[in-house]
Amino acid sequence: MDNFKSKYRYSLILFRELVITDFKIRYQGSALGYLWSLLRPLFMFGILYFVFVHFLRIGAGVEYWPVAMLLGMVLWGFFSEVTSNGMNAIVSRGDVIRKINFPKYVIILASSASALINLLFNLIVIAVFMWVSGVDLHPVALIAPFYVLELLIFGIGLAFLLSVLQVYFRDTAYIWEIISQALFYGSAVIYPVSVVIDQSAFLAKVLLLNPVAQSIQDVRHVLISDVNLTLTQLTSVWWMLVPAGIVVVTFIFGAWLFKKHSPNFAENI
Amino acid sequence: MNNSIAVSVKGVSKNFSLPQERITSIKSGIVNVFRKKNKNLEVQYALKNVSFDIKKGEFFGIVGRNGSGKSTLLKIISSIYKPDSGTVLVNGSLVPFIELGVGFNPELSGRENVYLNSALLGFSKKQVDEMYDDIVEFAELGKFIDQKLKNYSSGMQVRLAFSVAVRANSDILILDEILAVGDEAFQKKCYEYFAQLKNNNKTVILVTHSMENVTRFCDRALILDNGKVVTMGSVKRVTEEYTRQNAQASDPKALKGKKSSKTNDFADIKLVLKNGNNKITEAFYDGIEDRIINIDTELVIKKDISKKVFISLLIKNINGEVITRIATEDIQGETERIGYLKRGDKIKIKSSIQNIFGEGSYYIALSLKSVDRAESYVESEDHAKFTVAGLGTNGFSLRPDNKITLIKE
Repeated sequence: MDNFKSKYRYSLILFRELVITDFKIRYQGSALGYLWSLLRPLFMFGILYFVFVHFLRIGAGVEYWPVAMLLGMVLWGFFSEVTSNGMNAIVSRGDVIRKINFPKYVIILASSASALINLLFNLIVIAVFMWVSGVDLHPVALIAPFYVLELLIFGIGLAFLLSVLQVYFRDTAYIWEIISQALFYGSAVIYPVSVVIDQSAFLAKVLLLNPVAQSIQDVRHVLISDVNLTLTQLTSVWWMLVPAGIVVVTFIFGAWLFKKHSPNFAENI
Repeated sequence: MNNSIAVSVKGVSKNFSLPQERITSIKSGIVNVFRKKNKNLEVQYALKNVSFDIKKGEFFGIVGRNGSGKSTLLKIISSIYKPDSGTVLVNGSLVPFIELGVGFNPELSGRENVYLNSALLGFSKKQVDEMYDDIVEFAELGKFIDQKLKNYSSGMQVRLAFSVAVRANSDILILDEILAVGDEAFQKKCYEYFAQLKNNNKTVILVTHSMENVTRFCDRALILDNGKVVTMGSVKRVTEEYTRQNAQASDPKALKGKKSSKTNDFADIKLVLKNGNNKITEAFYDGIEDRIINIDTELVIKKDISKKVFISLLIKNINGEVITRIATEDIQGETERIGYLKRGDKIKIKSSIQNIFGEGSYYIALSLKSVDRAESYVESEDHAKFTVAGLGTNGFSLRPDNKITLIKE
């Protein structure tokens, strides 16, 4: 028990320090420093907002679509950061892993936490856009964090899995980049689900079985507008078990694989 | 586990598969699956069935030449590597120092790196806060502490890392001798720290190839060679064995001693080392017969030499620094006795010197030069080698009555 406690204490100390370091290094040497965490998404969203409102008319019929799209972009960016940073986290900390033994999962969790911090900054900017667009917040918005948590758990599960593969096969990064692109266009990030429904309702249902598409769509639904139809609306509550199952299985399998292989990291990196 | 044991290593083996080309891409992974025989794999033993116990409060040395498996063993004890078979039991907290400043990031300030490095050693922020001032003071960095690490000299970086490392308050410490790099002042600090650990009865595992350090700090030691424990036990036993092994490694005949013969245009040279009992040897231990080193040199001149000459022997340490010099010109009248050398002349020099040397290996350089230094006829660096071991760091006490006799035939 004592041993367990001290091990847990060590993980916590490391986690804290790794997250702080990550955050400090991110804006190292820039004049505005941490302010960029807010300015960068603000300008990027400004450009996208402009483009989507005035040129692309993809989601023209959807209420508050530009903001919904930005929110999707932010959530996708978060998922992408958790998975790709997590994937490279073990390999890039190789020098430390070769010299001292410590719980390796902390590295993955710390890199996810950094992504989460980044997400929070982005969400502040999103809130500004929501306010500007005149979106009304309803109490149901309080559920949104749970969907973000779902996305986070899915991302961490994949990060565990990918980081192990990346240690043994450096091709993993390139393969994941391709899969990630496919997932991006398959997750209704830059187009509304209604566009897919117009083509085929069946296709829209299949698309929303993907946990990334489902969680992003659910966050849009509760935060921005109920015109963003969710999986449960298109099918039934029971179908939620599919994306939830994918998330749980991915996480458990990823964590199991990671735990199994982490003692071999030092000699294989 | 017995409560007086700090680290117990039982039957530990480790091998590394060394593919000539490491499989890091899926393509080569797949290709290899389809090859029936994987020719690329070459299994190399790093450790073979290694077992030993380290008692609490013991200063334990692990010695071995490069590639003997020391580092692998170190990493297995520190659970950085997993052994293929066998077990390692560690009783208490353990901090390995395979390298100083693990996790140091050049983009962060000295202060931030202190916190990061300390976290890896298991210190919470609060603990670091408390000892922060001491760390900075010990590192002698002053106001540099808030500069980015990339602006530090390597010496400053090492000092900072070391200042954090000495704070580690674990039950068992693993130290790599490589830590003691840097300038003399820093080395001194390191060795003071080692000595302090010894005085505080810490359990320490020291990995080294310096016998001097083993003698100075360790209570017991073991020698690794090719991944196997060759000798384990008292420091005296281990140092003797190590020296014998090293001598053998550089020359298989060395244990018995040998005649070093060399030749050049002007002379054929033979040089033989003997102990006080006139037994040919290259290794000198702590016996009474080892207190004398007899060097017999024989030169057969092959060409007429028109100038007056002198013959000298230089004894150098492993760094090439001259420890002592024996020269015929130092002795009154010897230069005249040698006279002008003609083809076919044979000169024998028997010199007997006190073994005043500390532990280590020494090289003998021989030269034949004109008295006016204008001509150098023979200059043979590293002509012979001898090793002194098992004495502790002090060596025999100094009794300067070196003798030299010369016979001209």
